[in-house]
Parts: sequence; structure tokens; C-alpha cells
Amino acid sequence: MASTRAWRGIATALAQRLLQALLVALLVGTLCFFMTRMLPGDMAYRIAAGRYGYDMVTTAAAEAVRLELGLDRHWLVALGDWWRRLLVLDLGVSQVTAEPVMLEIERQLWPTLRLSVLAMGFSLLIGPTLGVLAGLKPGGLLDRATLAVSTVLRALPSFLLGLVLVLVFSVQLGVLPAAGHDDHGSIVLPALTLALGMAAVSCRVARDAMIQVRGSAYFAFALTKGLTMGQALRRHGLRNVAAPVVAYLGVQLVYLVEGVVLVETIFAWPGIGHALVHAIFGRDVPMIQGTALVLGLMFVLFNALVDTACAFIDPRRRA
Amino acid sequence: MRPVPPSRRRRLVVACAGASLLPWSGACADDRGQAHSHTFTTAAADVLTVVGPWELTGLDPSRAGYMFSRMEVVETLLDVDDRGRLQPRLASRWQVSGDGLEWRFTLRANRRFHDGSEVTPENVLACLRRAHGRPGVLTMAGIRAISSQDGAIVFTLQRPFAPLPYLLTHSSCQILAPASFDAGGRVIRIIGSGPFKIASISMPQQFDIVRFEAYGGLAIPGRIQKARYISVARAETRTLLVESGQADLAFSLDPPSIRRLQRSTKAVLLSQMLPRTTFIKLNSGHPLLADVRVRRAIALCVERQGIARALLRDPDLGATQLFPPSMGAWHDSGLPALRTDPHAARALLEQAGWKLGADGIRQRAGQRLALNLTTFVDRPELPLIATALQEEMRQIGIAVRVIIGNSSDIPAGHRSGGLQMGLVARNFGNLPDPVATLRQDFGPDGGDWGAMGWHNAEVPALLGRLASGAADGGERARVAAILQSELPLIPVVWYRQVCAVSRRIEGASIDPFERSYRISQLLWK
Repeated sequence: MASTRAWRGIATALAQRLLQALLVALLVGTLCFFMTRMLPGDMAYRIAAGRYGYDMVTTAAAEAVRLELGLDRHWLVALGDWWRRLLVLDLGVSQVTAEPVMLEIERQLWPTLRLSVLAMGFSLLIGPTLGVLAGLKPGGLLDRATLAVSTVLRALPSFLLGLVLVLVFSVQLGVLPAAGHDDHGSIVLPALTLALGMAAVSCRVARDAMIQVRGSAYFAFALTKGLTMGQALRRHGLRNVAAPVVAYLGVQLVYLVEGVVLVETIFAWPGIGHALVHAIFGRDVPMIQGTALVLGLMFVLFNALVDTACAFIDPRRRA
Repeated sequence: MRPVPPSRRRRLVVACAGASLLPWSGACADDRGQAHSHTFTTAAADVLTVVGPWELTGLDPSRAGYMFSRMEVVETLLDVDDRGRLQPRLASRWQVSGDGLEWRFTLRANRRFHDGSEVTPENVLACLRRAHGRPGVLTMAGIRAISSQDGAIVFTLQRPFAPLPYLLTHSSCQILAPASFDAGGRVIRIIGSGPFKIASISMPQQFDIVRFEAYGGLAIPGRIQKARYISVARAETRTLLVESGQADLAFSLDPPSIRRLQRSTKAVLLSQMLPRTTFIKLNSGHPLLADVRVRRAIALCVERQGIARALLRDPDLGATQLFPPSMGAWHDSGLPALRTDPHAARALLEQAGWKLGADGIRQRAGQRLALNLTTFVDRPELPLIATALQEEMRQIGIAVRVIIGNSSDIPAGHRSGGLQMGLVARNFGNLPDPVATLRQDFGPDGGDWGAMGWHNAEVPALLGRLASGAADGGERARVAAILQSELPLIPVVWYRQVCAVSRRIEGASIDPFERSYRISQLLWK
């Protein structure tokens, strides 16, 4: 009985997420459409520059582009066209490369997913572990050290942190590739750059949760009945600490998605964020809409995963 | 337990703070890639890695075709040497008819594409006809027809056009094998005839090439078997790739990176002046700028050496005339250099009736001498130079508003007539013979990237003579002299390409026309 109810709950949640995804798609696409229209400069010239290099751009080339892409259509017609095509999952053709946007995104999605998942993995490995250890001894050396490091890491913008990591691990130590995507291990530095920023916060969240757990009656009882600290932590502590940490991941996704855009550009990582930056420079509207759409959907998907994980960790939420 | 003294405690905290970062990251490095540690520290031993900011925006020759030329995968009919003189490539000879209307390019025999197929006149013809139908350089020539006759490619023109062979050196005119195209004429793979062939392409960022053993062109002195191009958008990252030994050739470095690499043990720097000039494009038809005295005053207030030293960190780049020394035939070393003299500039403005107002800005008949300077971010140094110019012009009493947009504002502003002043960087070496480019820039109606509202019949006539092949030799100097005295464009700085070369290779050089990275000339040390 209970399990049917739980499944029904999950199904409702998923349906909600699907609706959310649809709304995100419409909203992101439409916003991108208007934002690129409002950017200064003539779109036809800009696209011609993206294609042929700005030195080769003349009014004749720009007019050819305008004609080819129908840029002089009324904006309502162009927007309506995009919505109609979105319904059949057709994201259009990149105005710069002339390749279908779907194909380009297919190419870039996997590197971005790999990077994001690894970054999240690293951050969960680093942040909560240090946080729990710090929380076991509030005010101790580790607690104060992690506080200092967290503050510094969170305050550093990710592009600066990325450059510092490259200087240390690639230039000074020579143990990791500085950028690119083909050498073994080239994912480590971009993933670490993203992870350290996230770990900085999840470490503090885990530490606060640990202090609360340590002060709780059930933890004191576990110790009183004779469990060792390790046993008490494993059986009664970790799950309770995990709940706020995982819930907070939802908030951190904003940082992740925003960070992916910057970090991919710095590390020349061929993902969605990198493509988005280039598309914006080239005024490639279908590409901007497509990449922003995928980033938005990734956000919804990860949030759904976080919700599921929270429900899994905390049985009270399944009720 | 004895309490730890506060100062020691503080030191401990700091040490832990630093250390907490290291072991974790170190651990990641250890288990992920100990086995490949040497491939991290240097580029893979036998692969030459080239990094630059240019992305592969498509396989079509008119898009990223220049990247496949630079990596020596594809060839054009003709080539040029460092001084811009034509050299044979896929064509062995070329000749023009007496009336200048028919050009004949004889193809070299026994040349093969990377897929083994022969380079035939029909293949070449198809590529050139295709190039003619797209935005690119061939539209400049007034071509009536392209045909093939007896193993030669024949161009029939509407009027004589002497720079035609130079157009054929452009990357948009490169020759691809028939198997490169699909049924609809789209380029689906790159099969060229150069000394290297494509091994793999991962769009838009990277492609790998290997040596084409059956290359039938000129002898290849180099020893490079495999090479890779990676597009890396940020100059800092390119610099770090060189410093970590991951890149062998890095192009387009910014001044701070250059200073950093001067101390590097991993790389040496090469530099070469390119035929690129940063200048102020003036709307000479604008009421405030129509008076040549105002234009001269602006030219006199520009501190070219100062801008070159402070912003480009290279004092030699201050422009003394529009055409840099790298444009051998056009640079006239006898021409009196542009100078900086704010006193003379102020005097010229006084003469033109512009009197200093209470706010330090000059006025005439109630009108302020206030102008817009439009520039763009495609070249990162341009906005910096624009703000320096703004201050220099303020000092002689001209109020300047800097508008930073994107490169499209310049041709669009030219077309609408709304542009007042634009700071642009123009590549005169886009084609090795700049006549075709200059005809675009100084035509009767000016040019998108050249003069604007400037009426001078002599310069278009001189350029027309050069284009028709009827020139007697004095035209180039005359054009340079007129541009120097009339100042439809005010030169600011020239441009130097700087390239970082890893110490494990030798024989590197920079092509002043940016046509090739000359990988086939390189040797491993």
C-alpha cells in the first residue's frame, strides 16, 4: 500500500518536472530570441563575420546572408517559426556553420555531461567529507582551516581558480594537461575547478548538519548504548547529514551550469557552454536558443535527480 | 595538554589551508593518470600541436578553409613567397592575353589528391566555379566565364584585372577532390592535395593531420609526421599550453602573455610584421570632418609611439604611414612620417575657426567639436586604443564619445552614413597583392573598411591603372603620398604577429600573409 502511494508521489513529481521542462524550453527559447534581437549591431553583418571572418565582411556578403536566412522577416514570423519547429523537436540550422543545431548539440552534450557529473562527484567527495570531519570537532583546527579555504575558494571567480590550478598542476608540476580534450586526464582540471567552488559550500553545509546531528538526542543515545563514534556516524549520522547536503545540491546547480559556460571556454572544452559563448559572439540565434535550452533542461533534469535522491534519503519526504 | 601559542596556531591554520587543497587534487591526479604522466607534461612525443583562436566554422573553403590551408592540407593554384611574389603550386605556369581579358593557368601534371584520385582540370574547374558562386574574392574580378582547355584553366574577364592570379591564392579558391562533396555540392570531408592529409576532425575545435606520403609537390624538408590543430579561445590558455609543454606552436598572443613567455624555458618567440594597420576611418563627408585641417589636427594629436609602447608593448609599431614596411611595394620609406605635435594641431583647429570654449572643447558658430568614435571587440586592443585616442583628442579640444559595439557597426555605419569616426584594424594582406583590397577601400564611393565621404578622383584612377596592368611603376608611391596628405584614414599602429615555438622543434618561421604554418618545414630537435 505504502509503496503504491510512494510510486504515485514519484509519478506526480515527474509529471510536474516534465511540465516544468516544457515551460523552461518555451521561456528560454523566447527570451534568447528577444535578447539576441536586442543586441547592438546588424545581425546579417555579424553572422557573415562569424562565417567568413570580419575582414571579409562587406555589405554584399551581409546582404547575401540576410537573404539566405530570411533575416528581414518580421520578428513575429521568425519567433512563430521557431515555436512551431520546437514542437517537432527541430532546433533549426546553425547560421554560422550551416549544420543542424541538433547535431551540434549532440556533439557537445556528452562532454558537458561528463564534465558536470565528474565535477559533482569531486565536489561530493571533497566537500561533505571535510565538512563531517570539521563538524565532529567544531572550532577545531580542521573546522577553522576549512572555513578559511571555503571562503577563499567561494570568493574566487571560477576563471581565476581555473588559471591558478593550471599554473600549479600543469606549468609547475607538469602532472595534468592544461587544456584540450583529447589527452588523458584533461578533464581533471576543469572538473576540479567547478568542484572546488561547489565543495567550498557543501563543506560548510555538511559541517553545520554534523554539528546538529552531534548535538541531537538520538546521536547521544547511540553513543550511550555503546556504539563507537564510527559506528554511530555510519548508522545514525551520515544519512541525516546527507539530507541537507543533497538538498543544497539543487541550489548549487546554478553555480554548476553558470560555471560550465566559463570553465569550458577557459579550458577549451568542447561542450555546450563553450558553444553558447561562441554562438553569442556570432549572433547565431538558433544555436543560442538550442544551447540555452539544453542547459535549462539539464538544470531541470538534475533538479529532478536531486529531488529523487532527497526522497530516497529521507523517508519522511516520501509520505 | 599544553596550549599551542597563538602565533604558531595561526601559522598552522595557514599551512593547513594551503595543504587541504593539495592532497585531494593530487589524489585525483594520481589515480586518473599516473600511467600517462609523460603525455601530460609534454605534447605527445610525435605529434606537433598548433594552437590558435580560430574555430572551424565549417568545412566549406569560404568558411574555415583558411585553417586547412594553414595546416597544409589543401592547396590553391598559386602561392606567394614572403615578399608577395607569385609561386607555382597546382598550376605550373600562367599567362595573360594581350588585351588582358583572358588568363590561362596550366596545371602541373601527375598531382594526386589524398584519396588517390588525380587532380584533373575538370576537378579544378568545378571548385573554382563553385568558389565564384559564393561570397569570396573571385567576385572582385569581373569574371565572365571559367573554362578548361587543353589541361589549362581559362578565365575570361569583362575588363582587364591584373591581380587575378593573387585572388587564386586565397583560401576560398582552394581545390578539393570530387569525393569531398555530396550530391548537393556540400563539403562533407576535406580531401586536398597538400603535404598533409586529414586523419580526423572533431568540429569545431580540433583536427589531426598525418603526412601524405605520395605528395607530388615540392620537396618537403621537414620531419613532422603527425600534427594537430586545437582551437583555444583565450590567449591566457594558449600561453599556459605552451608553458606546460602541451603546445608546440601558439598564435595570436596578447602583450601580457608575450612578456610572460619571454622568460619561458619551454618556448621561444618569433615575430613578424603583418600587413595589417589599425587606423581611424573618418567620415570625410561629415560637416565637422570635411575640412582637411580638422583631419590633419586629429592626425597630429595621435601619439602613435606612446600607444604602441604602452598598449602593445612594442614601440616600433607606431605607424608612420598607412602601409607598413611589410608591404614592400607600397611602403614608401621616403614619405615624411606622420608626427605628433599637439601645438600644431591646436593651431590648425584655430585656423579652421574652432575656438576653445569654457569647458575645454572647441566651438564654432555655437557648435561644439564633438564626435563619436565607433570600435569593436573582435580585436581586444581596439577598445583600449580608442580610449587613448579619446584622451589625446580631448587635449586639443575635441570631445570624443567612444562607442564599443561589434565589427558589423563599421560597414553598416558606412552604408547608412551614420558613422563619424571608426577605429578599425584592416588586413591589407588578405590577398598578397593589395590592389584588389585597396580598390574596395578607395573606390569612388569609398569602401566598407576604407575611405568614407572622401572625393578624390586620382586614387581610384591610379588603382584602376594598377588593376588593369597598365601601370608604369609610380602609382603606388603616388597613392601612398595622396593618402598621407589627404588623410581619409588616420593611421595609428601597425601589427606584429607573435608566435610561441616550443624548444623541441626547429625551422619555424611566420608567413607574413598568414597562409601557412609551414609545418612541412619543421624538424624535431
